[in-house]
Amino acid sequence: MTAVTPARPDTAVQPAPAGAVPPNPPGGRSRLRAVAGFAFGAALLFAVAPLVLSDFRLSLLAKYLCVAMVAVGIGIAWGRGGMLTLGQGVFFGLGGYAMAMHLKLADAGPGGMPDFMQLYGQLDELPVWWRPFASPWFALPATVLLPMAVAFGLGSLVFRRRVRGAYFAILSQALAAAMVILLIGQQGTTGGTNGLTDIEGFFGYDLDDPVNQRMVYFIIAGVLLALLALARQLIHSRYGELLVAVRDGEERVRFLGYDPASVKLVAYVVAAGMAGLAGALFVPAVGIISPALIGIVPSIEFVIGVAVGGRATLLGPVLGAVAVAWARTALSERFPGTWTYLQGLLFVVVVAFLPGGLASLWALARRRDGGALPGRRTWSPLRRRRAERTEVPVA
Amino acid sequence: MTVLFGQLFTGISIGAVLLLIALGLALTFGQMNVINMAHGEFIMAGAYTTYVLQQSITGAGMSLLIALPVAFVVAGAMGVLLEILLIRRLYARPLDTLLVTWGVSLMLQQLARDVFGSPNVQTRAPELLTGNVALPGGLTVANNRLFILALALAAVAALTLALRLTPLGRRIRAVVQNRDLAAVSGIPTARVDRTTFFIGSGLAGLAGVALTLLGPIGPTMGTNLIIDAFLVVVVGGIGQLKGTVIVAFALGVLQATGEYLTTLSVAKVIVFVAIVAFLQWRPQGLFTLRTRSLA
Repeated sequence: MTAVTPARPDTAVQPAPAGAVPPNPPGGRSRLRAVAGFAFGAALLFAVAPLVLSDFRLSLLAKYLCVAMVAVGIGIAWGRGGMLTLGQGVFFGLGGYAMAMHLKLADAGPGGMPDFMQLYGQLDELPVWWRPFASPWFALPATVLLPMAVAFGLGSLVFRRRVRGAYFAILSQALAAAMVILLIGQQGTTGGTNGLTDIEGFFGYDLDDPVNQRMVYFIIAGVLLALLALARQLIHSRYGELLVAVRDGEERVRFLGYDPASVKLVAYVVAAGMAGLAGALFVPAVGIISPALIGIVPSIEFVIGVAVGGRATLLGPVLGAVAVAWARTALSERFPGTWTYLQGLLFVVVVAFLPGGLASLWALARRRDGGALPGRRTWSPLRRRRAERTEVPVA
Repeated sequence: MTVLFGQLFTGISIGAVLLLIALGLALTFGQMNVINMAHGEFIMAGAYTTYVLQQSITGAGMSLLIALPVAFVVAGAMGVLLEILLIRRLYARPLDTLLVTWGVSLMLQQLARDVFGSPNVQTRAPELLTGNVALPGGLTVANNRLFILALALAAVAALTLALRLTPLGRRIRAVVQNRDLAAVSGIPTARVDRTTFFIGSGLAGLAGVALTLLGPIGPTMGTNLIIDAFLVVVVGGIGQLKGTVIVAFALGVLQATGEYLTTLSVAKVIVFVAIVAFLQWRPQGLFTLRTRSLA
């Protein structure tokens, strides 16, 4: 492994034949490809889409891209870390509500109150826990930090006690159920089933104006690209390898002296932060946040896109999320019943028969071993890359 | 005193419903490590079976009695079908069974919507079950809730006896405790799995019949109950029924007490917090089978 001069001449490494291509050095061709991919994606999102799509379609795309942000996080937590989180709607909702509360207060003006409060709550003054959200300096960081804090709280309790697998999935789902019931129950201060609606302005920009809607789209596209870059760095770091190792053999990682709970916690919290950011940007793009958008069903729908696209890849979740969200809009308007059947069927077929998602079809076409299934111990999306990578002596 | 008793009884009757639903889940989760999200739709199937039977059989009491075994078989058959078509292929991947069965539950809900329509339908309760029983001291309990409690306890008793005394029960217990050893001892584990799934899903059908006594039935009725039932299974610990029984009633009483002291929505949050706190103390649930595995 290290370049120590061999003691015995018979085991000496043969010099590589002239002209042989060295195996991928880390950060070589694959990084080049990633940069090219990002440039292509950026060109598509920033130049092609706004030119080709109408204002209406562009705002729909903005909505899908928000879902895609959640999917990036799920890809990390579930695809890489093996934590099936069925409650990303909670974090999406926390981010969304934090943003919507601020925008509602900004719409109402200084000292004003959101309209629904007098209507449902008969309140004369703003509830205490609403007040900090009047300041953008509190509300904006809160859209990300609040979900991360909740994820940290639940995650540190749950992972330390080695609650995992199905138990964790069910708990995360129960959290979503509890949050929705709480939001609906506190109608006077949360808007209840309706949620927070009629959001008019976005930091001084009128959201009815198509130009400002475009601006929101560009912000969303930029944030999505940034999150993808962040996710790529994370996945390709030492931490990323550790995360996959925890997924594939938590006990082994523990015996090697790492703390699997912390490793999982980081991924879960990062995923929560991404979902929170997505929720926050969803609000200006769509103009509403409500319990129906963040409950159990939407939370599982976030997972569907990831599963369909390919949970263990970087781009699979994003493309899957956008494709599924697009298909939903395209089909559910014309054939409402059919879409539900199709959605269920898609989910069943992909998870049962193509667990790597559509991304594994691509891999399958390129090489024969790409379709190995997760669940079998041998499956690892990193295996091929690891095998190819030359070991570089560390200092 | 009256209020306290009322809340306690409400809690117990919530617990009885939870128990009926969670029994089947505990069985399939414990034995096969399958998380069946379509269990809620099997409940729905049981409820609609009652509804269909009432269309043809006029006597409400008679139709309820007939509905119990029929719903058991209908839901059980759906379970076996699901096992053969899908779940069999996924035993190595428990998390994926959750997702796949959720997809199935989506389709079943839509099927119910297409067949019976989206609005909820109502069944008639037998006259015998509509009144209240007056207890000494001015206390009353509703007949239908007593019936559900009796049904749940009967199901537990029947299941316990079946597991303890019958050859099938012995095989099921053997597979739960050590699947590989059971297999090499000549137990046909695949067939045992299928039978277990039939029983577990059938119990969901019974729960569906019971739920027709409490309110209207609709395509999404299963979704609301399934998570609570899963929490019961998680907290109760897998592999043994007594954990499920104790936790179902405990959560029911906690829910009812929390609801009485605060509101419905806050009570749900209290239950959730209590569960997470409980898992700090016993992460593997209240009762677990002793194994030598590291997990």
